[in-house]
Amino acid sequence: MKALRDALDKVHPLVAKGGPLAFAYPMYEALDTFLYTPGEITHGTTHVRDGIDLKRMMITVVFALIPVTLFGMWNTGYQANTAIQSMKDAGIDHDGDWHHDIHHMIGFENDPGSIADNFTLGLLHFLPIYIVCMFVGGHVEAVFSVLRGHEINEGFLVTGLLFPLTLPATIPLWQVAIGITFGVVVAKEVFGGTGRNFLNVALTSRAFLYFAYAGQISGDKVWTAADGFSGATALGQMAGAPAVAEGNPAIASLSTIEYVWGQGEPITWMNAFLGTIQGCIGETSALLCFVGAVILIATGIGSWKIMAGVIGGVVVTASLLNGIASDTNAMLAVPFYWHLVIGGLAFGLVFMATDPVSASMTETGKWIYGFLIGFMTILIRCINPAFPEGIMLAILFGNVFAPLIDWFVVQANVRRRVARYAA
Amino acid sequence: MLETHLSIFMKAVFVENLALSFFLGMCTFLAISKNVKTAIQLGMAVIVIEAITVPANQVIYSWFLKKGAMGWVNDLGVSTGSIDFSTVDLTFLGFISYIGVIAAMVQILEMFLDKYIPALYNTLGIFLPLITVNCAILGASLFMQERNYNFGESITYGVGCGIGWALAIAALAGIREKMKYSDVPPPLRGLGITFITVGLMALAFMSFSGIQL
Repeated sequence: MKALRDALDKVHPLVAKGGPLAFAYPMYEALDTFLYTPGEITHGTTHVRDGIDLKRMMITVVFALIPVTLFGMWNTGYQANTAIQSMKDAGIDHDGDWHHDIHHMIGFENDPGSIADNFTLGLLHFLPIYIVCMFVGGHVEAVFSVLRGHEINEGFLVTGLLFPLTLPATIPLWQVAIGITFGVVVAKEVFGGTGRNFLNVALTSRAFLYFAYAGQISGDKVWTAADGFSGATALGQMAGAPAVAEGNPAIASLSTIEYVWGQGEPITWMNAFLGTIQGCIGETSALLCFVGAVILIATGIGSWKIMAGVIGGVVVTASLLNGIASDTNAMLAVPFYWHLVIGGLAFGLVFMATDPVSASMTETGKWIYGFLIGFMTILIRCINPAFPEGIMLAILFGNVFAPLIDWFVVQANVRRRVARYAA
Repeated sequence: MLETHLSIFMKAVFVENLALSFFLGMCTFLAISKNVKTAIQLGMAVIVIEAITVPANQVIYSWFLKKGAMGWVNDLGVSTGSIDFSTVDLTFLGFISYIGVIAAMVQILEMFLDKYIPALYNTLGIFLPLITVNCAILGASLFMQERNYNFGESITYGVGCGIGWALAIAALAGIREKMKYSDVPPPLRGLGITFITVGLMALAFMSFSGIQL
């Protein structure tokens, strides 16, 4: 440890102000403060809203994301191996891409019952995406911080982990590079870097990919990392489910969802809660998102008001729509406890909606902001046939209105106080 | 009946938001969005103007301009010479009539504000008369004509368009107030970053695209 510190100290004069490599100071600073507690306290507008150091805050989010990430890797492998297994049973040969070649080369099989097989295959899919994202996004961030003279900080570690987790495992790597570059440059760096943006960076990157290359991020070919296998996500199947007129439409439409792999078993609520269903890498497990939520709330980093607001919005809106369930739209009849566990809702509400930069700042505003997101998510899922999932666009929509919500909350406060002092 | 109106209203406010999905009325949208209070007041002015001009233009369109709309002249009993009014098509006069109505309405609104809300009159300054040539206002009337709304529907549509535009400008103003903390690269400051902001807002409004009402 001493040697490391000495090495850093030796480099310091080179990159300090006036040194020959002064332009590289942000890089030096990033490495130094990543390894050691900074010697100086934070200052400047970025930190005006938070008592604790931004770096420690961001790294806590990364820790909260670890369970989701590990599970995501296992699940990616599990889904793929199950699909390959069922294809073999049906007598179809699976001809995998390079991920699968490496998987076999290092001696693993395609047994969905083996944790090691599943995890390794998932890791082989997730790691390249993550590395490309960190490498490209990190360089963009470094270039900007050198040119603009601001610090590199762990904000990017969070963005760089959140973004891959919201992608399907089969996404082409060049799209990952384009997406993260768009997000970092257009959603963050043009506004001056971490803490000054108004949209969630990871979601902006994803939305950009979603609209620019819809074929690789939606539909039913992309969710399983097995070539030639197609199967939609739970939400995709639900949106496509025929509306059932007889009996209780809600339950009827749910039970008609086909478990696309395996032997045609239906997805149970427990499957969706635990996360052993298809979807983006990190979004499937509501349980582990809940674990992440506990970490974020306990450390005071994620706002429980926003999370509660989103859940409230989902419960109220879904229940209202249940009331007007019609024969033509099966989604209307889906009860809220299903909405909460399928798709990316749990992931979005815990890790994306609570982003302290793009969310509402005022305490009352957080409730309204959360509720708006929950409301919009259900609305998009149920009445917009163009998108099966709504949480991504709902959060971006919430981000757009967050400053306005804050403004109204502050004005109401001002008016109340004026009235109080006038009396 | 109610359903049609609700559908027209929701479409005008969210799905086909004049500012964020048609990018109409940009000059005012970008210029008056520096603070929320003024933006909301301008939004109110636009709502009022839209709510009056769209139905007024609808009346003009359906009674005078549309092909065959003037058929009622034949029934008046006055001598019309050799002209058969039920075949007259004055649609080509649409632009000039609509803009005339809008200009007159804006003039009246301006005098009203000058007299009763002088503070707002002064903040809006040149942009109040500029509402006359605001394409969001004319756009709403033209959409009304294209979609053949009846009188009742055109009221709903006018109010909806106005509210949608007001909502968009208020949200943009909120973001721009928050952006006082931002550190935008010097070449992008001002309008440049505002264009990028509006583009990103439109991305968020994509959530409504595709909704069938």
